[in-house]
Amino acid sequence: MSVGLEQYLLLSAVLFTIGLVGALSKRNAIIVLMCIEIMLNAVNLTLVAFYRYGGLDITGMVFALFVMLVAAAEVALGLAIVFSLYRSRETVDLAEMDMMKW
Amino acid sequence: MDYWAGYGSIALFLLVALIFGLITIILPKVLKLLGLVVRKPNAVKYTTYECGMETIGPSWVQFNFRYYIFALLFLVFDVLVVFLYPWAVSLRGGGWAAFTAMAVFIAVLLTGFLYAWKKGALEWR
Amino acid sequence: MDLQAVAFYVLAAMLVVSALAVVLIPNVFRAGLFLVLAFFAVAGLFITLGADFLGAVQILVYVGAIGVLLLLAIMLTRDVHHGSPGNRLWLPASVLGALLLGAVSWSLLNTTWADKAAEMPVPATAALGASVFDLQNGFILPLEIGALALLAVVIGAIVLVGEKK
Repeated sequence: MSVGLEQYLLLSAVLFTIGLVGALSKRNAIIVLMCIEIMLNAVNLTLVAFYRYGGLDITGMVFALFVMLVAAAEVALGLAIVFSLYRSRETVDLAEMDMMKW
Repeated sequence: MDYWAGYGSIALFLLVALIFGLITIILPKVLKLLGLVVRKPNAVKYTTYECGMETIGPSWVQFNFRYYIFALLFLVFDVLVVFLYPWAVSLRGGGWAAFTAMAVFIAVLLTGFLYAWKKGALEWR
Repeated sequence: MDLQAVAFYVLAAMLVVSALAVVLIPNVFRAGLFLVLAFFAVAGLFITLGADFLGAVQILVYVGAIGVLLLLAIMLTRDVHHGSPGNRLWLPASVLGALLLGAVSWSLLNTTWADKAAEMPVPATAALGASVFDLQNGFILPLEIGALALLAVVIGAIVLVGEKK
């Protein structure tokens, strides 16, 4: 039972699906941000797997590095927005953030 | 196969850490089952402090949001270090272009740091 | 069964279990701790793929910074006793996820990949740096844009979270 590209891609697809379902179906804003991090990790896994099994093209690793940079920025600003909402609404429940709904 | 040789010791270390943790959890339960340790709970044993004040309210208190700014600045410079490492390894072949690129990168991040400093976000009041 | 396969299956099981725990566990703080475990598993998988520098970076950035930031956020917002309830969309979201997983795995199992599995690569840190900082076809402009994104994050977070005067 050897491991090749397909096993890594399948694992990454499973991970992305878990993250997607979590991000769509959770009401706690911080859990949603965590699920987005899981999805980004799945994408990184795919990029690095293609680096390894696609002829060692270094661009896959460069992309993964930039995904990490953007993920760090995204989670930091997302949490700042969550704090700002928590200050005015005293909750992180996304179902109660309905000021702009009509 | 020499790529894996360095990671064998890390795997061994993780294995030992896992076994040690599991043993420290399981051992008291086994000893209790064997009757080697006795369990006689009473109210005084379960108090938070045997001497001193009784605690009031939940232990989940509101932390100051100021901690977040420190964690954020740590994150920013963590990302900087991540890019600094391959830059430093490959600087010999990169020449002035690579040096200037990293200088601009650091300058931009330092601007954010100076902004935080000016705004007093780093002061502990 | 070679060494990479053993490492892969152990880490993959760890990763899937901890990712499921992030979604399913009602206690938010424990979900955060399982997320950190998932980050560790992904770092291990990077190492099995020969990307040892990226594994170290994964631990440095995700475990060291993002994990700490998320756990700090859970402690700052004091909403732990509400748990992590699902919303009304959980059933359509699960169906959508199952459809996506089915479609992706069907298509990737029915593709013949040009599997150019080379021998285990040498440490690629120097090549990575040379690729990022190459003047002709490197990634210097995306790097500076990333720096600006981080600057925007710092300023935005201070404006959003900082003390109201």
